[in-house]
Order: sequence, then C-alpha cells, then structure tokens
Amino acid sequence: MKNPQLNKHGELQHLLTTEGLPVRIMRDILDRAATFLDLDEGREIKKVPLLHGKSVFNVFFENSTRTRTTFEIAAKRLSADVVNLNIGSSSTSKGETLLDTVDNLCAMHADMFVVRHSQSGAAHLIARHVAPEIHVINAGDGRHAHPTQALLDMFTIRHYKKEFHNLRVAIVGDVLHSRVARSQIHALTTLGVPEVRVIAPKTLLPTMVENLGVRVYHDMNQGLRDVDVVLMLRLQNERMQGAALPSGQEYFKNYGLTEEKLAYAKPDAIVMHPGPMNRGIEIDSRVADGLQSVILSQVTFGIAVRMAVMSTLAGSNK
Amino acid sequence: MNIQIKNGRLIDPRNSIDAQLDVFITDKCIAAIGSAPEGFKPDEVIDAAGLIVCPGLIDLAARLREPGFEYMATLESEMNAAVAGGITSLACPPDTDPPLDEPGLVEMLKHRAKNLHQARLYPVAALTTGLMGKELTEMAELVDAGCVAFSQADAPLTDTRVMMRAMQYAATFGFSVWLRPQDSFLSKDGVAHDGEVATRCGLPAIPVCAETIALSTMLTLAKETGVKLHICRISSAAGVEMIRAARQQGLSVSCDVTANHVHLSEMDIGFFDPNCRLTPPLRSLRDRASLRAGLLDGTIDAICSNHAPVDEDAKQLPFAEAESGATGLELLLPLVLKWAEQDKVALADALSRVTLQPAQILGLDAGHLSIGAAADVCVFDADAYWKVEAAALKSQGKNTPFTGMEVQGLVRYTLVDGKIVYQA
Repeated sequence: MKNPQLNKHGELQHLLTTEGLPVRIMRDILDRAATFLDLDEGREIKKVPLLHGKSVFNVFFENSTRTRTTFEIAAKRLSADVVNLNIGSSSTSKGETLLDTVDNLCAMHADMFVVRHSQSGAAHLIARHVAPEIHVINAGDGRHAHPTQALLDMFTIRHYKKEFHNLRVAIVGDVLHSRVARSQIHALTTLGVPEVRVIAPKTLLPTMVENLGVRVYHDMNQGLRDVDVVLMLRLQNERMQGAALPSGQEYFKNYGLTEEKLAYAKPDAIVMHPGPMNRGIEIDSRVADGLQSVILSQVTFGIAVRMAVMSTLAGSNK
Repeated sequence: MNIQIKNGRLIDPRNSIDAQLDVFITDKCIAAIGSAPEGFKPDEVIDAAGLIVCPGLIDLAARLREPGFEYMATLESEMNAAVAGGITSLACPPDTDPPLDEPGLVEMLKHRAKNLHQARLYPVAALTTGLMGKELTEMAELVDAGCVAFSQADAPLTDTRVMMRAMQYAATFGFSVWLRPQDSFLSKDGVAHDGEVATRCGLPAIPVCAETIALSTMLTLAKETGVKLHICRISSAAGVEMIRAARQQGLSVSCDVTANHVHLSEMDIGFFDPNCRLTPPLRSLRDRASLRAGLLDGTIDAICSNHAPVDEDAKQLPFAEAESGATGLELLLPLVLKWAEQDKVALADALSRVTLQPAQILGLDAGHLSIGAAADVCVFDADAYWKVEAAALKSQGKNTPFTGMEVQGLVRYTLVDGKIVYQA
C-alpha cells in the first residue's frame, strides 16, 4: 500500500501520522527544529521567510486553543499568511460536508491545511482529496494520531536525554482514547527506544495494544520502575460516564502521578504532559510544577517543531 | 417460446450434474436436459460453448432501498444489477423507510418488482413493528402478502422476552426467523473489529463477544421455541464454532456469510478505506479462515452479497461517519468463483452456496434445473476477467472494496421464467 504521506520522491507530502514515517524524515524534522531554537536562551529568536507568500489555513473542526495557537505562531514565524477557522460550530452544522468545506478553502488558495477533527481518519480523507500541491498537517484526528505532538515530545526527550536507544519510556493513562499515545508509541519505536511501556487500567487500553510494540502494566509503581521518561496522558472527564472508571479520586489514587510514585522511576527521569492538565486527576501539582517536570519546555519546543514540519512540507513542494 | 441452450457445461448441484448437456426450455419451464423432447423446435438458440450453465443465483440479502431511500438506489436500478449478476431471485431485508412491517408494503413491493419482469423478489418482513423490538408484526398477514421470513435487519432486539415470543409465534405457523447476531450494548458506536487495526487506527470497536453473546441468546431461544432459525452474516471464528456445536447437538439452524467476509479482513481497511466500512465489521484474518472452514464443512450454508448500495456522498466522509455498506449484486458470482478457485472447492459445491442452499433457506423449490422446474438460468463465462469500476456496474451503488480489482466470471445470459432478461 502506498504511504499516503510521502510523495513519489519519498519526501514528506503530508504529515498525517508518525506510523510509517521514515526515521530519516523524523530525525530531519527534529534537527531542523533545533535550528529554529536559540538553545542558550531556550526560546525562538528567528523569524524566517521560508513560507513567505504561502497561506496556511488552520481548520479546526474540533475546538482547541492551545494547539491552534502554537500552529499559528509557528506559521507566522515562517512568514506565512495565517487564516484560522473554527468550523466546530459553523459550516458542518449547516449541512456542509467536510470535503465541501475543504474544496471551498482550496478555492481561496490555501497552500497548507492544519486540520483537527473529532473523527479518526479525517486528515487522511482530506489528504486524499486535495490537489497534489497542497499539504495537510494532521493536528489531531479522533483517537488516531497527533503527529506534531509526538514529534515535539521526541524533541523534548532528545533535548534532555540526548539519545533514544538506551531509554525506558512509560506512557500513563487513557491510551484507548488517546491519539497522542498512539503517535508517541510509533515515534518512540521508530526512533529506536528499546522499551516502551503503557500503564493503565484494562478499561483504558485498546485490544492487542502490545502489538504496537509496548509492554503493558496495570500497576503504576511497577510500570514506573527505572524509567527515564514518564509521558502522562490527559483523562477526559466523560470517561466516568461510559463506565470506564468509577471516579476521578479512585483514578488518581491508582494512576495519578505523585512524588511517591515518581520515586520508582530513575532519579533523573523527566515528566511530560501534552496538556491541558487535570491537576489532582492524572497528575499531582507538586509533580507538575516540580523539578522533573519539563511540561512548559514541551510547549516552547512545540513551536519550533511545528515550524520544522511546515518548512519541511513547503520544501517538498514538487 | 422454446429456447435451447446448447454446448454449455451444465452444472446443477441438486441433480449432481456437471457435464456438457443442452438445456431445453418450453413455456417458462425446463422441458428436457441432454436431448430435445419430441417435436421441440427452438425459437431461440443460445450457444453456450465454453460457458457454464447453472441455476440462476439466489441472494439472501440485497437491499434495494425502496421504499424510502431512493437517493441511494431504486428497485429498477438494482433489479437490473441483479440480473446482470446472474441473480434470478433475491430476498430483501425489511430495513426500508418505512420498514416492511405491513402487508400493504410487501404487496406493493412485490407488485412493483413483478412489473419490472426481472429477478424474483422475496421480501423478508419485519419481525417487530417498525423494527423497534417491542411489538410483533402481523406475521400471518405478511406471509399471505408474500413475505418469506421475518427479520430485524440490523436493528437491535434487546428485549429477550420479545425475542422469545416472536420465535414462539413464528414457530406456531412454521415461519422462519432470520437474525443477525450483534449485542447492541457491546457494539454501540463501534465501526470496526475490535483488534489490531481498530487499535492502530483509533476506531471505535465491536468485539467478537458482541456476536457470540447475541448468538448464544438466539440459539438458546431457538432450542426453547423450536423456531426455524437462520443466522445472517456470521462474522467470527467463535460464532462459526457455536453454530457448528449447536448443529452437532441437533439444533436445526442455518447460516450465511457475506461474499465480502469470505475475502476480506480488517487489514483491508488500510488507511481508513470507507469502502471497507461494512456491517458486520470485517474481522481478523483468523476469523476469515474460520469462515472459509465453516463453508467447507457445511456449517455455513450459503453466501450472500449483502448488497447495500450507498450514495457517493455518504462514503466521502471520515471512516466512522461513512455510511456502512457496499454494492454486491454484480460481484456475488465473481467472488464465489474466486473463493472456489482459492480453496479448491468443486464448482458445483461453490455454486450450490448461491443457488440450491439459499433456496432451501428460503423454503423455495428453486435453485435447480430439474425437468418441470421454472427456467431461472444463469449462463456465464468463468474464464472472462473484468475490472471492477463504477462504469462497469449497473447498480446505483458504486462503492465496493473491490474497486479497481480484476475479477473472474462474466454473466452472458440470465433467464427468468424462461425469458432472457439479461444478455451481454
């Protein structure tokens, strides 16, 4: 089957998922992101003209302020024209189909779409539909993928741990409903992390998750033992309604990241979270704001990584 | 009108015929096989040299979308497609709008189909009013109107007491109940098999136990009530095993599988191919192997098309939002031939799964070419290959997982009631 995110020269045409993303492209993106960062100051300094004259459309069929904002900043630092559309409550509710909306935006001369949608596979559908000179970035589709989040997580891990081949990484929480977790797992295994663990109750793990190349733990302390990186996942409040969990308190007791549980990890382990955090549900404030937390670095790096993705796509425009 | 079909290879599973024999048709019926009856003068001769002559195909599940969903397909378009696929009889499920729960609707549908002079239509009526799973339909009236069995289509029947009563009532009159096993709670919001692909793609899943739990209820109640039960569209290895065991214990239950499930698995979803959004969901490769084993040992009696034409727009959506279903009437024969070739099944046995076996499930004296039987005949070229594409399909539904593939088996003539209704 043809890889839908590569063009015929093997270059990145769309960024839809980290699954099947060649390691060479993944490393290029991380290297490129590093060039956008002034590492001494830990923040971006450069505004570069790489996307000058290009139009980037942030098309969000599902509301998100944070991800959309970081994409917007990234595009503006690349000198692109940015258009933000929150379609969550407009066109589709008037009966317009997803592809009609996309066609209309194409007619407005979009060069790049950043798409978020509540349904798995929406970004693939759009990528299949648009003209070959248009690029699609998946900013989250249902439970399927959130590749830029995973790439910024990889960037953060590399920043603090330098290498991937000697790491033990634990992903904690609602893997079943998480596009972030799926993209993290594919990115970690692609970059050669030898041991990826998932820690969750059985109700929050998908069937045959071990086939993705992870070890399954139901006990948090065991799962965190000697890990180098802890990737926390956000717990959606509605999980209590579907009988997946009894209560937030009980979840926190068993799977909330506290200092006591974190003590099982390596002393220099880092703690990450894609945000927005539910303090007291999946993570204790003392950990979230503690010395091992690199959560705010993730946000900063996110802009550089998204700049790297966008400029990589623009460069493959053949 | 006298028709002679000459020089063809006649395959008639019921009469154990697989030989080069001519077929002679007089007055809508098979008049003779082999040599012409005395004084027979053909008005028309079909030269079937190099072709296979078999009973017309009988499809147990073809949605024609009338009444109510004419934007998807019409009776006319789909009956055309049926005969182009060599299908001479088809059963349609009751999930129309309104559902087939009143004698008037069944009569109207039968009447309209009859006027088209193509395939024979056997409506399956709703088991409960409005398919709501609460009140029984007027079964005896519906049978008088021309329906052949009772089903819930894909609508849930969660109330086990209603299911038991419906089976008891149907058993009183010897009516058949056709059910597709799927627990409605376990399958809620699900769009794909609960396995590797749904996990990878992040698709809401339907576990195999949704099928086996419902199946267990159905088999238990069938044993209790003595109803004639037909299980529609079995999809899992565990389901096949349960039916095999029930039969070994003496329960008379029949079963079908869709042609799609014989050939495809969850893997075919690939990158969210909406053409593979099917009901029941495509399951694992292991399940597919068990479905094929079930066909081989006779646990599964028949193969149906599960024809469900869907309009183009309804498929141009993210996987979970895309309408479930695929066009199938014109692919039934090619997919059965492909299965026969792959699993080295004798052609007569393979064809019986779409002729004789479904006729028996429908309770019809059909699906064979005995002398005196209605001349419903399919003449096809087993060695002709064609490419599945929208333009090649008569059905108004153009979506199928097999789009772009080469398939084997081209229908050349279809006869219903001794009349040529399709010719290519």
